Amino acid sequence: MTAAVRLQDLRKTYANGTEALRGIDLEVEAGDFFALLGPNGAGKSTAIGILASLVRKSSGRVEVFGHDLDREPQEVKRRIGLVPQEFNFNHWEPVEEIVINQAGYYGIPRRVAYEKSRRVLRELDLWSRRRAQARSLSGGMKRRLMIARALVHEPPLMILDEPTAGVDIEIRRSMWSFMQEINRAGTTIILTTHYLEEAENLCRSIAIIDEGRIVENSTMQALLHRLHRQSFLLTLRQPLQELPPGSPVKLTRADPHTLEATLEQEQTLNALFRWLDRQGIEVLSMRNKQNRLEQFFMDRVRNRKEEARP
Amino acid sequence: MTFHSRYWTAFYTLLIKEVLRFLRIWVQTVLPPAITTALYFIIFGNLIGDRIGEMDGYGYREFIVPGLILMAVIANSYANTVSSFFQAKYQRHIEELLISPVPNWIILAGYVAGGVARGLVVGAVVTGVSLFFADVEVAHPLLTLMVVFLTSVLFALGGFINAVFARNFDDISVIPTFVLTPLTYLGGVFYSIDLLPEFWRQVSLANPVLYMINAFRYGILGVSDIDPGMALALILGFILVLGAVALWLLWKGVGIKS
Repeated sequence: MTAAVRLQDLRKTYANGTEALRGIDLEVEAGDFFALLGPNGAGKSTAIGILASLVRKSSGRVEVFGHDLDREPQEVKRRIGLVPQEFNFNHWEPVEEIVINQAGYYGIPRRVAYEKSRRVLRELDLWSRRRAQARSLSGGMKRRLMIARALVHEPPLMILDEPTAGVDIEIRRSMWSFMQEINRAGTTIILTTHYLEEAENLCRSIAIIDEGRIVENSTMQALLHRLHRQSFLLTLRQPLQELPPGSPVKLTRADPHTLEATLEQEQTLNALFRWLDRQGIEVLSMRNKQNRLEQFFMDRVRNRKEEARP
Repeated sequence: MTFHSRYWTAFYTLLIKEVLRFLRIWVQTVLPPAITTALYFIIFGNLIGDRIGEMDGYGYREFIVPGLILMAVIANSYANTVSSFFQAKYQRHIEELLISPVPNWIILAGYVAGGVARGLVVGAVVTGVSLFFADVEVAHPLLTLMVVFLTSVLFALGGFINAVFARNFDDISVIPTFVLTPLTYLGGVFYSIDLLPEFWRQVSLANPVLYMINAFRYGILGVSDIDPGMALALILGFILVLGAVALWLLWKGVGIKS
């Protein structure tokens, strides 16, 4: 099966000498929902910029659905829809014109472009604002406009660079279900986000990039399975003045009504609850202290920083 | 979809976008040249022109018509591409084109066509205003159209190159203010260079705008200070050079790609 994206030894050094990518190898399967994560300045946007032809690579190879970026740039571009991090449309243009023009750049005749734009604007709930100038839209609507614009030529690969940044939870959730829908319909999605809960809920594969290198690349399931440690917060019915000794897991008292339990990979919650029961401590509710992927991400990035320290 | 129809669609999409852009702001783009031209005619044509008398065998009002039209065409062709392309860079919507399968020559052709469209629309409006004040018949229609079209293409290309290098709004007004305006005003719009002392006449011959205005004047009135054929060759030569430079800049991604 042809990979949607194949990056081989991809490198980028900017004119000021900054090495943004230091030899990236990455493969994204067709139909995948892929998370590309990393701290700020790790190289995510550079990698996406190269894929979308906005940044020139220094060396390496880029293939999109088997088409080489150097030899067939137009074929590569035709297959990609990009939703960038920052608003990059003409703020004075009406919404519908922005989408129709984008279709035109992909060679879609105006009459057909009009039909396609009507479909995507309806799907993204922007039809009623189609004649409004883009600058008059709310932040969430502007994000949806960028998605509509990226979808109008029906690309098999969508790259979404922090598409839900700054939007409220309701719109975020509706965007999640929209992304899942287009992925189910066969579109490969590459997502970068700072909301790790978003990546964990939506993506099937993940790569973590740090300081221009891929430091993790696997399926989401395999990665979460490798988590060594998880922390939970337990809310108690009665206040607890002092923690009894002998807990089977690491247990600390956050406040009189809350306990923090940290479980290593081989430890179970059953053992903890049996012990709590024996102590007569009643638990009303329990939640993860940190999103699981966030915990992994923090551990991975922190470890690298510590390794790098002289 | 064939190769040609795909590119043609991309080209006319860009052209329509550009035309809609300047028509949307017609109060800033189309109206001012019409008012300025009317003022030129009232002041230089009616008030002062009658005292000047004939120039190259024509009344002064008739003499300045070609120069005023071409001056508006030059300024507006340049202004359209420089402001539109710089705005596209500034607001980053140039990325809409860079990520699309649009070859560089189509991007250039689309922006230049937009500049030419504005130049010709404004040229037509200024011509309309001129006809209120002066009675002019076109001596060589084909040459007139060729000169106005090619001059418009040339300055649209100039505006595009200016926008590629521009980093802020000051950069897009420096060339029009300090280069284009003096060259146009000293390019024989209001006078024949035969009136100048020999030294300044020779200096004027180094001004390329002089050739364009005179070729256009020859097209309309049938009189010129220089050979219209040479002027056409000069315009075409400049178009080839600036076109090649603009394409090279796009290919290198100067000002638009990291």
